[in-house]
Amino acid sequence: MNEKPIIQARDLKKYYSIKEGLFFKRTSTLKALDGASFSIKPGETFSVVGESGCGKSTLARLITMIERPTFGDFEVDGINAVTSDPAAMKALRERVQIVFQDPYGSLNPRKKVGAILEEPLLINTGLNAEERREKALAIMDKVGLRREQYSRYPHMFSGGQRQRIAVARALMLNPSLVVADEPVSALDVSVQAQVLNLFMDLQDEMNLAYLFISHDLSVVRLISDHVMVMYLGRPVEQGEKAVIFENPVHPYTRALLAATPHVDRKDRTQRILLTGEIPSPLNPPPGCTFHKRCIHMTNICKEAVPEFRSVGGRMVTCHHAEKFC
Amino acid sequence: MSETTVLPLENSAPPHPLKEFWKYFSENKGAVAGLYIILIAVFLAVFADYIAPHSPFDQYRDAILQPPVWMDGGSSKFLLGTDDVGRDILSRLIHGARLSLFVGVIVVTLSLAAGIIFGVTSGYFGGIYEILVMRLMDIILALPSLLLALAIVAILGPSLQNAILSIAVVVLPHYVRLTRASVLSEKSKDYVTASRVCGSGPFRMMFAVLLPNCMAPLIVQATLGFSTAILDAAALGFLGMGAQPPTPEWGAMLANALQFVQRAWWVVTFPGLAILITVLAFNLAGDGLRDALDPKMKR
Repeated sequence: MNEKPIIQARDLKKYYSIKEGLFFKRTSTLKALDGASFSIKPGETFSVVGESGCGKSTLARLITMIERPTFGDFEVDGINAVTSDPAAMKALRERVQIVFQDPYGSLNPRKKVGAILEEPLLINTGLNAEERREKALAIMDKVGLRREQYSRYPHMFSGGQRQRIAVARALMLNPSLVVADEPVSALDVSVQAQVLNLFMDLQDEMNLAYLFISHDLSVVRLISDHVMVMYLGRPVEQGEKAVIFENPVHPYTRALLAATPHVDRKDRTQRILLTGEIPSPLNPPPGCTFHKRCIHMTNICKEAVPEFRSVGGRMVTCHHAEKFC
Repeated sequence: MSETTVLPLENSAPPHPLKEFWKYFSENKGAVAGLYIILIAVFLAVFADYIAPHSPFDQYRDAILQPPVWMDGGSSKFLLGTDDVGRDILSRLIHGARLSLFVGVIVVTLSLAAGIIFGVTSGYFGGIYEILVMRLMDIILALPSLLLALAIVAILGPSLQNAILSIAVVVLPHYVRLTRASVLSEKSKDYVTASRVCGSGPFRMMFAVLLPNCMAPLIVQATLGFSTAILDAAALGFLGMGAQPPTPEWGAMLANALQFVQRAWWVVTFPGLAILITVLAFNLAGDGLRDALDPKMKR
């Protein structure tokens, strides 16, 4: 496991400025992502979990270089992806590809499957039409699409098949990292399993790394090596899957895990009910962002922002982490 | 039921796009009728020299204001009668089809091309450029269209070419706004982001990724714009600012014959009917085109 990481992110932050008010406009800052550091090694699955609006998708947009971080930077294959010149950035874009959540919106409805798959090659390589076609057909075999589906339009496919096409498109340039932004949450449960199996098979075959974004903890438990739990733009707990799932420390992680449904009666744990809603990222609470919903809240949580520190083999953002170890 | 219908489709090659298009288009009977009328008009326009019984400019001084053939005093020499200087109305209408279609084609081509370029770029780039373009279009829209066209022709001088140019300017905002609106709604979709992730540049994004997905409303607008262009050209001709006599343009024919409307109804009626039928045909075909081109309507 001493391989060089594919992605090395240092304190990534993304702030948006929002104009409020009809007449007297004031600008406020929305901290969509407020400091995330992690590294992903080849062949590894790094999962990001958290509820809606916690910054998961913003992280995906930063890593795929669709948007630039406000602060912090990250390296792709050891090359800085924030400060490099445009030519180097173009080369880096090939290394990181994305699979979107909604398979109905992510395929161009006017193009045939073949054209969709060949577009990355057309832009980034000098291959001729015959070579591109060969490559597209080879990838289609790999993701379980039939060759005669090459000249079909996306609307002729079901959700699961469309997601296979989306995966195939992401693989066309032989990336080292695929960012999967909730790739199965729009699919039927039976199809979810097929697509997840496809993801895992491809990982073995091509030594792919995944940045897997999800809110489904059972999916995360199945496929990931490392897990990062996010709350309101900040990672609250980060570590190896076994550590996080066996012994969660942060009260938010504990509540999330307790909320996962279990079939087996003996696996069921005491539900921890979170009260209240996720606060607005425009106006985050002072101190620990989670203190308003936390059952272990003390005075220090209201005043001091907890540091992201190492406790019991994982990183955690909580003043009282030691208590739960 | 769905199993039996879906499976053979899965195994057969998809039909040729044109064949598929015709399948959906032909379901709309009105659209097919419109298309046939357009084809007839095109045929007449192309072969006007051979079809028209007389030259559109020949004046038969012995047959001034002769009624159509089925009326008392009509003769089979002039099927739809003659106008105030003895020209055969049928021949003039046939030759007029040539002008009207020409006006439609040029106006739609000019305004569609310019509209797409302005619309796609302003939708894609945004910012100050978008504000400038869109406010300019708002200014053009704020003026009554025929009045603005009249003003432009008055400045450039009355002729058919200048009438075409002015109509193209007047209808431009519709295309720009339509294109920009579709670009804005398409731009946020995931497939556009996906294309950017795999490295598309701005030119490719605008014209290869976004534009094909914005074409359906534009094609409809263009077909409907065809009829607007013919109408506007006729209106300018009627006001003496378009085609100049003795050009057999339908609007100009109406205008020149206006004083005889009490005495000889056919001089005014037939050019009017020609305009009506052609415009109606384009509108019907445009509607059918919209339904046939929308992938969401396909089963």
